[in-house]
Amino acid sequence: MSDESLLSRSVADVAADIASGRLSREAALDASMQAFAARNAGPAGLNAVLYTDADGARDALASMSFDASNAAGVHSASATGAMPLAGIPVAIKDNIATLSMPTSCGSKILHGYVSPFEATVIARLRAAGAVIPMKTNMDEFAMGSSTENSAYGVTKHPLDHTRVPGGSSGGSAAVVAAGVTRIALGSETGGSVRQPAAFCGIVGVKPTYGRVSRHGLVAFASSLDQVGVFGQTVDDAALGLQVIAGADALDSTSVDVPVSDYRAARNSEGAQPLAGVVIGRPVEYFPDSLDSRMRTLLDRSADHLRALGAEIRDVSLPHTSLAIPVYYIVAPAEASSNLARFDGVRYGLRVEGDGLRGMYEATRSQGFGPEVTRRILLGTYVLSAGYYDAYYKRAMAVRQLIAADFAKVFASGVHVLLTPTTPTTAFVAGSKKDPYEMYMSDIFTATANLAGVPAMSQPIGRIDGLPVGGQLLASHFDEAMMFRVAYSLERALGAEAHT
Amino acid sequence: MAVSEEDVRHVAALARLGLSQPQVTSLVGELNGILEHMEVLQQVDIAAASLHRDVTHGLRMREDVPNPIALHRAREDFAPSMRDGFFLVPRVSTHGAADSADDEGEG
Amino acid sequence: MSANMSNTLASSSKSRSVTDGYEMVIGLEVHCQLKTRTKLFSGSSAQFGDAPNANTDAVCLGLPGALPVLNRHAITLATRAALGLGCTVHEVSVFARKHYFYPDLPKGYQISQFDRPLATGGNVVIGTNADGSTKAIGITRVHVEEDAGKSVHDRFAGFSAIDLNRAGTPLIEIVSEPDIRSASEAGLYLRELKQIIEYTDVSDASMEEGSLRVDVNISARLVGQVELGTRTEIKNLNSFSGVERSIELEFARQCGVLRAGGVIEQRTMLWDGHKGEVRPARAKEGSHDYRYFPDPDLPPLVLSPEWIEAQRSGLTELPAARRTRFVTQYGLSNHDVEQLTSTVSLADRFEAVTTASGNAKRAANWMLGVVLAAVKLQGGDVTSHAVSVERLGALIKLEESGAVSNTAAKQIFAILENEDAEPGVIAEREGLLQVCDDSALVAWINEVLAELPEEAARFLGGEKKLQGVLVGAVMKKSKGSADPKKVNQLLGTRLG
Repeated sequence: MSDESLLSRSVADVAADIASGRLSREAALDASMQAFAARNAGPAGLNAVLYTDADGARDALASMSFDASNAAGVHSASATGAMPLAGIPVAIKDNIATLSMPTSCGSKILHGYVSPFEATVIARLRAAGAVIPMKTNMDEFAMGSSTENSAYGVTKHPLDHTRVPGGSSGGSAAVVAAGVTRIALGSETGGSVRQPAAFCGIVGVKPTYGRVSRHGLVAFASSLDQVGVFGQTVDDAALGLQVIAGADALDSTSVDVPVSDYRAARNSEGAQPLAGVVIGRPVEYFPDSLDSRMRTLLDRSADHLRALGAEIRDVSLPHTSLAIPVYYIVAPAEASSNLARFDGVRYGLRVEGDGLRGMYEATRSQGFGPEVTRRILLGTYVLSAGYYDAYYKRAMAVRQLIAADFAKVFASGVHVLLTPTTPTTAFVAGSKKDPYEMYMSDIFTATANLAGVPAMSQPIGRIDGLPVGGQLLASHFDEAMMFRVAYSLERALGAEAHT
Repeated sequence: MAVSEEDVRHVAALARLGLSQPQVTSLVGELNGILEHMEVLQQVDIAAASLHRDVTHGLRMREDVPNPIALHRAREDFAPSMRDGFFLVPRVSTHGAADSADDEGEG
Repeated sequence: MSANMSNTLASSSKSRSVTDGYEMVIGLEVHCQLKTRTKLFSGSSAQFGDAPNANTDAVCLGLPGALPVLNRHAITLATRAALGLGCTVHEVSVFARKHYFYPDLPKGYQISQFDRPLATGGNVVIGTNADGSTKAIGITRVHVEEDAGKSVHDRFAGFSAIDLNRAGTPLIEIVSEPDIRSASEAGLYLRELKQIIEYTDVSDASMEEGSLRVDVNISARLVGQVELGTRTEIKNLNSFSGVERSIELEFARQCGVLRAGGVIEQRTMLWDGHKGEVRPARAKEGSHDYRYFPDPDLPPLVLSPEWIEAQRSGLTELPAARRTRFVTQYGLSNHDVEQLTSTVSLADRFEAVTTASGNAKRAANWMLGVVLAAVKLQGGDVTSHAVSVERLGALIKLEESGAVSNTAAKQIFAILENEDAEPGVIAEREGLLQVCDDSALVAWINEVLAELPEEAARFLGGEKKLQGVLVGAVMKKSKGSADPKKVNQLLGTRLG
């Protein structure tokens, strides 16, 4: 018998109970599968989940040994025990390679493709005791901000089915927001975890570039991509990241920096837990055009943080407005290259045409949707002879200026930045017809990917019943400080976070 | 730097994307609409930016020891067309060249 | 296709006049397969000859989510080669993606190096100019890249069959400056380059087996003209002689076109070794747009100056230096030194035998004569030959002392190939020690003079040229054991 109330308890508690035998090892999985049915998260309902494998997850649980020797590979610095995710179901975005379910990237070109190898993050989750019962919907190849670009249909916002959950990791965000799982993995290239987390009223973390292995994450833009974590709470997300973080010999861009204890601040009570912490408010993220109600919610958060002992300081990141133009050159350029491998030769869709050339063109034009096609063309254009210097090379130079803005602010003594995650709340599906208007959804998030710094979104209130996300950013590999502020803010806001 | 229909066709050919005429027409407008927003970058003073990538985390290397990433499924399971262990493709029409890239000229 | 392009030139015999007044300008691009166990960016085996696609993993197949991880040994080998070619190895180099679609290129791009290669600015000395200065060919760059797979076009009707076992194996590309002015210079450059690659133990460097591949960039211009002509590229070359022959043919073709007032079209030509022809590739050289950009999956390659220096000091003595040393240290002829230094193993063996025997000239003669012939007959390498350095040294000493004749020494060598024993012991056992005892020799001489009265009379009458015949007869009678020097001496005394 499953008990859905398990889903209202923190992942750490439930995992501890399962590991110690106080709960059956199937308890959390059963609760999630029941919630999956009750919330109608599959294609006929929210369409947040593309594939399920409850049987496989059950088999994995049956053969799992909750023994310390099994936890090899988990870079856990916290006192979470050997199996910190014992029996915990984790939903996985459809662009992360798993052995038991397809990895189709929301694309027709990978319809039915089951990866013959699994991602490092999946191996680490399993080593920590987690099971993988479902893969979630996404914008095709993670290109989008609404999960409207999936070849497998639009994902609906759990609170308002006429609206989008954000994207591109909209399926994972909706699953967690709907209470189907407490943790889900997504991926970030320009805000694809934080933006849907904000829209759906949950926590979403994008770690430092190089903090989490990309081995097995299907590449969109390699210099920007990072696996990210959704959690119902800050602690759920911190625990999830704790398990998957750490260098990996299979990813040359992963960085061998020790993983700190992201959950260290989870119990820090006291009146002034943030004493000595300097929180910057970059003026460029609070333009005059910002919705005044959103500004008010951010002010409320800042007030809480100040009350907890933090110093709030206005700072400037002068190149912020250039982030979207830079992002929409760099990301499509890398995407045009990364997606060249989908050619119908070795795997995935093949559509016959006139000879080899015809096969290539038929496969790729029928396999990719309109947004992916647009970005491949844009990316090919900015890399092509005669345009490389003006677009790609210049964009990479401006990217360095954006990164230097962050470096300067953090070097000045600021520990964490506080900004809105998105300029608006979840919008109505189909309302953004112009591609560039859609791209502007990433205006406050793409900077972190360009600079490589860690960032997260957490719920800080609602406008017209729709969640608003507050974004925290920290310097490279200082996720621990970011979580410290997030824990305090979450506790201070309490129920306000969702009202 | 406006994108022409010819540019779109050229780039689509490079990217092996077969486009219909209506798609080409529509993409010319869309790409120009997007690139218009990129023009702001031309005004930025990039003198302060180093064009070389950060080398603080240089490339990690592996030892020359056989250690392939194990495949849990046979190639035949995911390949669209295989025979006798080979991946099959429509016959390449110009295969005299030693340089594979010469097939670029095809079509 | 222009009319002159469709002509193939099968002969250059009548073209000698066509080329008069023109000079050729040639640069070579050489690809060498590095001797590694695994591929450049994956742990898949780099071995050849296995079942199609057997040696492919997620990286080699370009599977979604697979990432490249660089093979350290490949960089060590590439660095060694670059240093052997006199290049500067850079502390920072960058891998870049080169894009084109072809079924044997799994990712739709090749990982190579573009604007920041591993090494630049070396040179290879190929000889001496008329004025005594050395003629060197500049090396523009050495960079590291991955190989493509193989497309088999004639196995299945209507299909090309793709085998990706070779995909991802490590290569270095060595690009020369356009310093080469003749087919023979191209040959000299390639032979020297191959020798350096072999000496540094970087690659098998076999053109026949495809581990060394050569592309020729060639243009023609009037003698004295400064600006370069339009170049063509010759591909599909599979031997050094093919390179030389194709250069002559293509040069003659270009001169013919230019002389007739035509224009050279920049394009790819193919060498057909069977027909001995150079012909235009069927596919026209498109305006390739490879869209190079730094590979975001691979941070810059950073090599410390200490590491680079360690590679340099670990380098074996290079062929040119070794040749010079052999001439000065051992007093050998240039011709012998060329041969002795043709491979590291032969040069090493020669030096070892010289040490063991104490006589470089004899060691050289033995190595280049008897030993190489024996190795050739048996197959395999000189290093693994049955007659050890010590035995050969002892044998040479025995010969030098006069205890055995050269003929006897060769017989002993043949025995040593099957039996490991002291050469002196064998000589004694087989009765091959030279007889120097005067009484025995005099007895043989007397017997010979009696058996050949006519020759004896003429010899004793002053016909000195018959001495050789008589010595030969004595040698024969002694079954080779007589010391010919002593026999000559004793015969001489009979002349009074």
